Amino acid sequence: MAETITNENKKSVASTSKKSPKKDESKDTIWSRRDFFSIAGWAGFMATLGLSSLFFTRLLFPRVLFEPSPIFKAGKPSDYTVGEVSTKFIKSQRVWIVRDLEGIYVVFGLCTHLGCTPRWLNTEKKYKCPCHGSGFTKDGTNFEGPAPRPLEHLKITLDPDGIIEIDKSKKFLYEKGEWGKPGSKLLI
Amino acid sequence: MATKKPEIPTLATLVEKLKNGELYEEVKKEVLNSQLWTSSFRHGYADTPRNRVLQIVSNVWLHLHPVKIHRHALRIKFTWCMGGITFLLFLSTVVTGVILMFYYRPVGEYAYFDMKYLQYDVPFGMLMRNMHRWAAHAMVITVWLHMFRVFLTGSYKPPREFNWVIGVFLVTFTLLLSFTGYLLPWDQLAMWAVTVGTNMARATPFLGHEGPFQEYVFGVSPRYDARSMLIGGSIVGPPALLRFYVLHCIFIPLVAGALMIVHFWRIRKDGGISGPL
Repeated sequence: MAETITNENKKSVASTSKKSPKKDESKDTIWSRRDFFSIAGWAGFMATLGLSSLFFTRLLFPRVLFEPSPIFKAGKPSDYTVGEVSTKFIKSQRVWIVRDLEGIYVVFGLCTHLGCTPRWLNTEKKYKCPCHGSGFTKDGTNFEGPAPRPLEHLKITLDPDGIIEIDKSKKFLYEKGEWGKPGSKLLI
Repeated sequence: MATKKPEIPTLATLVEKLKNGELYEEVKKEVLNSQLWTSSFRHGYADTPRNRVLQIVSNVWLHLHPVKIHRHALRIKFTWCMGGITFLLFLSTVVTGVILMFYYRPVGEYAYFDMKYLQYDVPFGMLMRNMHRWAAHAMVITVWLHMFRVFLTGSYKPPREFNWVIGVFLVTFTLLLSFTGYLLPWDQLAMWAVTVGTNMARATPFLGHEGPFQEYVFGVSPRYDARSMLIGGSIVGPPALLRFYVLHCIFIPLVAGALMIVHFWRIRKDGGISGPL
């Protein structure tokens, strides 16, 4: 401890004694030449460090991913009958496609309790999760079991050829009031 | 040195020399005067009290341990030796881990079979893998017990509060080491454990695409968020394996090692192991 104090004292004494004549020379400048290069050096270093961190963060997100696309085509709107839940894509894409009087929407087959895939029970008109017994109505509203919120809806649009396009990466949550938003339902 | 031609000694003279210790002295002299020895060790070693102290003080490895410690610090009941045991377990995971790296390839097609190969076809591979695994499990337990002891003895209080914070970072890195190592066997257990584990990153505030306040951050989506940065995509696949491998073998051990150095150094600077209250 004592040593460091004496060292610092020495330093401060040395720096003041050296600086004072220099300061008289350059009174009209804000920074001395030494200050300028010191600040410029540190600024350059910090800027390089900051930019490299940005580059590295971007580097962690490649432009191409070798994994299944979240977007898929699901045939024509006329393939789906009013009032029915289509289980055509539950095996391959984990979604149900439902048509009511207004239009078509997509229900994601992921239980909001712990992530199992529920089953559509056509006789009881409900989705039922085999894991812990959560039940959901046709539009995905939870009404029994431990599930804390309704099933999620996914983005559905019509491509220029009149084919249904479903984007599983865009979700519409009931509890956030998103079920009526554009893209959540294909109005017919 | 010796210009005279060495005579070939008979067995009897050799035995005689061995008995009276002459042979040992001769060999010692020969070795100590050889160029190999004199160029490696520039001068002799005087076994004086001063040199003994210097040997301890200037030894980089013994530097981890103070020159002198309080008597109470040696009481096993006080420290449980949990910090030391944790460090020992860390060292054994480092050694066995480096050995495992000779065979393991962090590639989707190979990882699982390399693990099996190590276990069943590489001599001592099973031993190395299990030592790595059990040392890692034990390290998690001992690091918590160490933290528990430090809490019970009040050793987190000033002037040791800085070292407590370093210790909290170290326990976090220990858990992250375990978590990243969990994926590397690349079996179903690993896959789903890490799927569940990284799903939590979806809920990161601001940076997770399902987390709170993410709507205020530009560009956050399932494709660009904390989770996809961690696993290099939107599902736990080969990119996730490679990332976890690099984190497990290089990044986290380096950071944890640096923090360990600070941790041990600060014990000394903060006045050694805390005393009984």
